[in-house]
Amino acid sequence: MIHFVLLISRQGKVRLTKWYSPYTQKERSKVIRELSGVILSRAPKLCNFVEWRGHKVVYKRYASLYFCMCIDDTDNELEVLEMIHHFVEILDRYFGSVCELDLIFNFHKAYYILDELLIAGELQESSKKTVARLIAAQDSLVETAKEEASSLSNIIAQATK
Amino acid sequence: MGSQGGFGQSKEFLDLIKSIGEARSKAEEDRIVIREIETLKRRISEPDIPKRKMKEYIIRLLYVEMLGHDASFGYIHAVKMTHDDNLLSKRTGYLAVTLFLNDDHDLIILIVNTIQKDLKSDNYLVVCAALNAVCRLINEETIPAVLPLIVELLSHGKEAVRKKAVMALHSFYRKSPSSVSHLVSNFRKRLCDNDPGVMGATLCPLFDLINDDPNPYKDLVVSFVSILKQVAEHRLPKSYDYHQMPAPFVQIKLLKILALLGSGDKPSSEHMYTVIGDIIRKGDSSSNIGNAILYESIRTVSSIHSNAKLLEAAADVIAKFLKSDSHNLKYMGIDALGRLIKLSPLIAEQHQLAVIDCLEDPDDTLKRKTFELLYKMTKSSNVEVIVDRMIEYMISISDDHYKTYIASRCVELAEQFAPSNHWFIQTMNKVFEHAGDLVNIKVAHNLMRLIAEGFGEDDDAAYSQLRSSAVESYLRIIGEPKLPSVFLQVICWVLGEYGTADGKHSASYITGKLCDMAEAYSNDEIVKAYAITALTKIYAFEIAAGRKVDMLSECQSLVEELLASHSTDLQQRAYELQAVIGLDARAVEAILPHDASCEDIEVDKNLSFLNGYIQQSIESGAMPYISENERSGMVNTSNFRSHDQQESGQHGLRFEAYEVPKAPVPSKVTPVSLSSTTDLVPVPESLYARETQQISSVGLASDTGSSELKLRLDGVQKKWGKPTYSSPASSSNSTSQNPVNGVTKVDVATTINSKARDSYDSRKQQNEIDPEKQKLAASLFGGSTKTERRTSTSSKGPKASAADRPQDSKAASVPNKASGEKTNQVQQPPPQDLLDLGEPTVTAAPPAVDPFMQLEGLLDSSNSSAVSNSGGAVANAPDIMGLYRGTTSSEQSGGGGYNPASGDNLNLLSELSNAAAVRGTTGATIVSPLSPSVKGANAKDSLEKDAKVRQMGVTPTSQNPNLFRDLLG
Repeated sequence: MIHFVLLISRQGKVRLTKWYSPYTQKERSKVIRELSGVILSRAPKLCNFVEWRGHKVVYKRYASLYFCMCIDDTDNELEVLEMIHHFVEILDRYFGSVCELDLIFNFHKAYYILDELLIAGELQESSKKTVARLIAAQDSLVETAKEEASSLSNIIAQATK
Repeated sequence: MGSQGGFGQSKEFLDLIKSIGEARSKAEEDRIVIREIETLKRRISEPDIPKRKMKEYIIRLLYVEMLGHDASFGYIHAVKMTHDDNLLSKRTGYLAVTLFLNDDHDLIILIVNTIQKDLKSDNYLVVCAALNAVCRLINEETIPAVLPLIVELLSHGKEAVRKKAVMALHSFYRKSPSSVSHLVSNFRKRLCDNDPGVMGATLCPLFDLINDDPNPYKDLVVSFVSILKQVAEHRLPKSYDYHQMPAPFVQIKLLKILALLGSGDKPSSEHMYTVIGDIIRKGDSSSNIGNAILYESIRTVSSIHSNAKLLEAAADVIAKFLKSDSHNLKYMGIDALGRLIKLSPLIAEQHQLAVIDCLEDPDDTLKRKTFELLYKMTKSSNVEVIVDRMIEYMISISDDHYKTYIASRCVELAEQFAPSNHWFIQTMNKVFEHAGDLVNIKVAHNLMRLIAEGFGEDDDAAYSQLRSSAVESYLRIIGEPKLPSVFLQVICWVLGEYGTADGKHSASYITGKLCDMAEAYSNDEIVKAYAITALTKIYAFEIAAGRKVDMLSECQSLVEELLASHSTDLQQRAYELQAVIGLDARAVEAILPHDASCEDIEVDKNLSFLNGYIQQSIESGAMPYISENERSGMVNTSNFRSHDQQESGQHGLRFEAYEVPKAPVPSKVTPVSLSSTTDLVPVPESLYARETQQISSVGLASDTGSSELKLRLDGVQKKWGKPTYSSPASSSNSTSQNPVNGVTKVDVATTINSKARDSYDSRKQQNEIDPEKQKLAASLFGGSTKTERRTSTSSKGPKASAADRPQDSKAASVPNKASGEKTNQVQQPPPQDLLDLGEPTVTAAPPAVDPFMQLEGLLDSSNSSAVSNSGGAVANAPDIMGLYRGTTSSEQSGGGGYNPASGDNLNLLSELSNAAAVRGTTGATIVSPLSPSVKGANAKDSLEKDAKVRQMGVTPTSQNPNLFRDLLG
């Protein structure tokens, strides 16, 4: 099971955090602090895995951004490494050549995408196409919602009240 | 997609993100965020905020919380937003609550109603949003509120909904297995879902179910095998391919399930052999995902009923992993080796040098994994080398968590396989010295007991030798500064028991040392208590031996100090010391007999010696004792409870009130009630009894204090049910293994004639001439004879092959050559010359570095164009980008296959590996020229993106040009 997903920049700035196991706000900050210390200081070409407090953290660097996932001791590290890559490919496809800036300003969209990929700490969908289709459906609905914000849905809402 | 590259937020929010991005220090960032929190607090509680605005506020809250600040004041607004009818707001609301709240938060109860409503919605996107929230927020108590709705959704028309419903049930199972136990048939049904996504999702809950109890699912083995077969044969839709690999994530999950089902079950395993064999055979070891599947297959092979053919195939894969240059693969190889070694202990032999390389690798992760492997293959012949290595590493790290772990491993191995008492004590000393505060106190008790009892031989001379060597080593160590408390306790105890035993050291010398210690660690009451008790013992032995006790002045002052101590325990001990000194030899010998620490103290649990007294009391009219069971009147429940108590004892946290202390206690204080009767139960009496017992327990506590030393030892003995470290057993073990090793060596390396294994000593001698590494390998794997013979049988072969290696032609310096050969050795016998070549590699650091340098050289040359062009990378990049663009646009228009070619990925990898270097050297030049060219999928797009970004005032600063760098090449 994936316990959390963490995106940290080379400078140690947090770009996205998603917690699948319960952590208090205090624990979260501690985890981030500790892990960014460990991971950012690792030289390239070393393992993409770090054993950490009985769990394993799999990380991968893309440009200046580190994608980290914390998994159980029994999980398959290589698989998780590919999950990360899978996520990045989906992000790339969604944003069109994704860069860190896209994630900084649209972090909530990254969350929506992650929610279609992982759920409750497990991979729920391994088809990029399916994820893309779902996100597109949501986006198009959002678009129409924007346009008709004052018209249709409100009318229906009022009518059903 | 309208969202592409667009930043839909307000100027204000963008400014915030920008200013945080430019913050120079954490303090500055905190100031900005705190200001933002103030603003949000004010704004968010204003009346009539437009929905759009509110949505942004919530996202800003998310941002604040992501940066580690508290945004709890806004949680309620996020909850409110989930109630909104507008999907746009609802979705934001759900996202926010899932990120803000854990499933035990008070606000959850306010969301449950909304979730219920949304699960019934006609719009599948609403249902999906609600299901996302369900997985995160519904806790054990609220499961029943949504469970029926979710079960209904299992047959929803949209596969996305079915999939999420399955996952929701899975999360319920995790939180409360009983809540969904009646729904197992639904999972089975979903396994046959038309949509592969739903099928894949169903594997998650099934995996957990099977993990908990595989037996009810044995009938599914055939189905799983056939699904796996179909997946591996590319029968799933192309969209599930990942880097040309058919649905690898599904394959891995299936392999995991098969591993569980086939474990210890021969008939089930036999169904799997073919498909697993096929997967390994067809496995693609050139891609990462291919290796992930191969690794998972090895795990499955090692878990199911073993099959020689599969094991062989798995061993081949491991060899490939270990020979790879990638650290990741080496790591996986070591892990896999550790799994397979249980089944075929010989497989490690052929990889010994690779394992040593990993052990000496600068990468901590790899090193630790290798220690894990060594731990699994420790036997009495190699325990010394392995434990020495572990301790060496333990000393070098500062991570307490791992230090504790590896210390306990050392102790465990030392206890199990110690070749000699002396070595054991030395090893324990080292562990205590460097990780004393981290090891379990039990370990200290173990050590004391071992010194007291020896290894179980009946040789008195060996006993006393063991003890005096312990005493000697402690007297030596005692002077070192800052020893851990646990270690000091051991030292005190041993010196007290055996300090004067062999007559080498006088009582005054030992007592002086003890006093010094108590003084040096005057903050540590436990150490002081141990020290004073040790003093008592030494004086007692002196008196018993008929010698006159001359108390050193420092001892006297220590005793005086402790007599007035705030700690009652210390006081008690000091008074005892005084009392003992005042007694005559005979009495002292009875109180503290010499060398009786490990004699069993017989406890008369029936307290029969009190019978007369009780009889007397009953005759004079006292109430007879009623046992607790009878008092509560329910034998069964109390049995149950006592069982419960044992359990809680194990777990440490107890939720019930403490029970009244048992057996010996009542006898001491209320002996009247001791004899057992079967009379009826007078309730007030029982209450009374309980009360007195509680009081008595208080009294007892101080009692235990007084005789604590003895009691503790008693406890120590109990803790050690089985003496696991008895060396005769382990040595016999090893002898039984040795011949096996000898035989299989022949199997592994066919060139070797089967000779019996040399004796340990002669082997060692031979090793003297070997290079360090081979020596280490030999001592670890016990295979030195093999390498030795290899050397003699063929000397020329590997040399040629080493020369063939491309690396060598590139850089032909001597150490490189050696390292090249070193990697070859794994399979090929090392040449005689290695002895000479090997000399410089003694420290192993240079050869570990050199291959990297070579590799870098290779990489550089292949990618040099990319690097050198980086300023005007346009020349190279847009081509690929253009292609890429093509696929994306076709996708937009109607969903063509988005299949990032492996070439694409290669590019990415190379860029990544170069990234560091490029940034380091040409960082300044990249900054502005590169950003427009790299940003976006083609020139126009990138310009737009760049312009947009600049509009907002976010200009690439030299500090962080990478913001604009594509994550994927």
